[in-house]
Amino acid sequence: MTIRSEVSADGRGLTIAVEGRFDFSAHRDFRETYESLDTEPDKFTVDMRDATYLDSSALGMLLLLRDHAGGDAAEVRIVNCNPDVRKILTISNFEQLFEIR
Amino acid sequence: MALVSEPIRVLVADDNRTDRTLLSRIVAREGHRVIEAIDGVDAIEKFHAERPQIVLLDALMPRLDGFEVARRIREVPGDTFVPIIFLTSLTEADELARCLLAGGDDFMSKPYNSVILRAKITALERMRQLHVTMQQQRDEIARYNERLLREQQAAKDIFDSVAHSGCLAARNIRHLISPLAVFNGDVVLAARNPAGSMYVLLGDFTGHGLTASIGAMPLAEIFYGMTQKGFLLGDVLRECNRKLKDILPVGYFCCATMVDFNFQKGTVEVWSGGLPDAYITRRDGGGPAVPVVSRHLPLGVVSSSRFDASTEVFELADGDRLLMCTDGLLESRNDAGEMFGSDRMIAILDRGCAADAFEALKEAAYAHMGEQLREDDLTMVEVTMLDEREIDAPMPTYVASGQIGPRDWSLSFELGPSSLQEFNPLPLLQHVLMEVPALRVRGGVIFTVLSELYTNALDHGVMGLSSVVKSTANGFTDYYRRRVEALSALVDGYVRFEFTSRASDSGGYLKIRVRDSGPGFDVSILQAARAKLTGAYHGRGLSLLYQLCDSLTFHGVGNDVEAEFRWGGDGPA
Repeated sequence: MTIRSEVSADGRGLTIAVEGRFDFSAHRDFRETYESLDTEPDKFTVDMRDATYLDSSALGMLLLLRDHAGGDAAEVRIVNCNPDVRKILTISNFEQLFEIR
Repeated sequence: MALVSEPIRVLVADDNRTDRTLLSRIVAREGHRVIEAIDGVDAIEKFHAERPQIVLLDALMPRLDGFEVARRIREVPGDTFVPIIFLTSLTEADELARCLLAGGDDFMSKPYNSVILRAKITALERMRQLHVTMQQQRDEIARYNERLLREQQAAKDIFDSVAHSGCLAARNIRHLISPLAVFNGDVVLAARNPAGSMYVLLGDFTGHGLTASIGAMPLAEIFYGMTQKGFLLGDVLRECNRKLKDILPVGYFCCATMVDFNFQKGTVEVWSGGLPDAYITRRDGGGPAVPVVSRHLPLGVVSSSRFDASTEVFELADGDRLLMCTDGLLESRNDAGEMFGSDRMIAILDRGCAADAFEALKEAAYAHMGEQLREDDLTMVEVTMLDEREIDAPMPTYVASGQIGPRDWSLSFELGPSSLQEFNPLPLLQHVLMEVPALRVRGGVIFTVLSELYTNALDHGVMGLSSVVKSTANGFTDYYRRRVEALSALVDGYVRFEFTSRASDSGGYLKIRVRDSGPGFDVSILQAARAKLTGAYHGRGLSLLYQLCDSLTFHGVGNDVEAEFRWGGDGPA
């Protein structure tokens, strides 16, 4: 599991890329990507291109990010999901809370 | 050089009196208490009697040499660490090594150098202290761990009595809960409501252990409390969601499927948020398993205003089954790291022998996992549709709150369109009626009558839905869909309840009159239904009412019905 993040040039967008299994072991790293920033981005993207699997604690982390980003007003996209990842997000009906692509 | 702060007891064992005295003096000068031994046997005796904390041991002594003494000291049971320094005039490397192999921690060559001896005692005392500290910590951890296990066991007993309880032992329920640790995050709840339906909830809290378990407590309280009072599935879910949203930290939630098995109508109503597909399997292998898909967010994620409690209704014949599981089953891995997966599950269910599916699935899952440790909680529940008379799970009982209760009272309660859309009046009314002691023993019957009267008034009266559609294939599903549409479009209409009750020491009565804003219906067709006690779905409601009430009367054009219960000798005037 590796978490990488990148702030856009204008400082308003944060992209968090997850690699490997997205589970509880990623908790700390994942939180740090958005809690340790100097800027305050208002657009968040979680890139699942290299994520192989996610579990319920990963769903919890996504909810934490959404909460951090402003709850119902948050703009959080989850992109490049493989079928397994997509299925887990679908079962939990997370498309009601996130823009999933 | 650093001095040892606390005085300790030092055993000096040397057969040479001069050496012994010299050593003793050096040690005593440091403030330690000296115990002298004149040979090996004496050393062992003094060791047991005086419990020294450091031993200075001459290698060569009469009766018992130092090597043997060291070995015997090391054999003393217990885990107190006593450092041993060998005193020796030997200089061969082999001999010196032998000192350490025999159990010594250091050695000192003669003639003694007091500076070095002091330094060695200090160093070994430091080591001894470290050992003592380590042991204290180890003991503390062991005690702590033991206490934790004891507490967890007690907590688990409480948890199990709350979270895996209700009527799980009923003959139409099979379940499997295999705990990952002392706790697992899975909850299975089952209870009957006053109308005789059975509510079953399968929940999977995120994470494991204590955190996962804490949320189960309020969930179970709400489930049992509200089910027993006759709240609808949606009401119970809304309250569970609200409570979990309030108490759980962001990121924690409960994936759940909740079902209402209505044995009278042969239907199951389902709400599912976040759990894998449940499956309906037919008794006689009538076609493939029907997936029941999660349509909602898990419980505890969104606030009440965004919570969606809408449900789906499926028809079940006696012997049909609904199988629910948590993701633990599907995500269990074999030696190759491959997940069990839904394809394997469907293949087993589609073999077409519904009665064996549960056991087959369980065996397949265990076979798949082999010796692998289970990664998640493996929990499955299967509920079977049966004839209501075969259900052995008890109905809710009503506990007397007052001795006498109200004896002469009436109550009028009218619901307008927006109340009809949003509010379920039955638990409230039932609560009032159950204040009358004589009605408590008939609590289930009265609730059933109340809900039948209300459903007739609202569905067929106010909304004008025809119950005939229910008798067609997929009729119930269509019916419920139409009902939801009609309800959300409702702009006028009312349902009015009027209750009148009198009671004395010798008997009493309760009259329930329900009037609705609908156009009524041709009362004469009732006679037919009554004569036939028809088995068709749409006829059951009314024939049930005739059976359960002491009398049932339609007034006027049929939009005004009166049910009566009597007890003891006093009929209504």
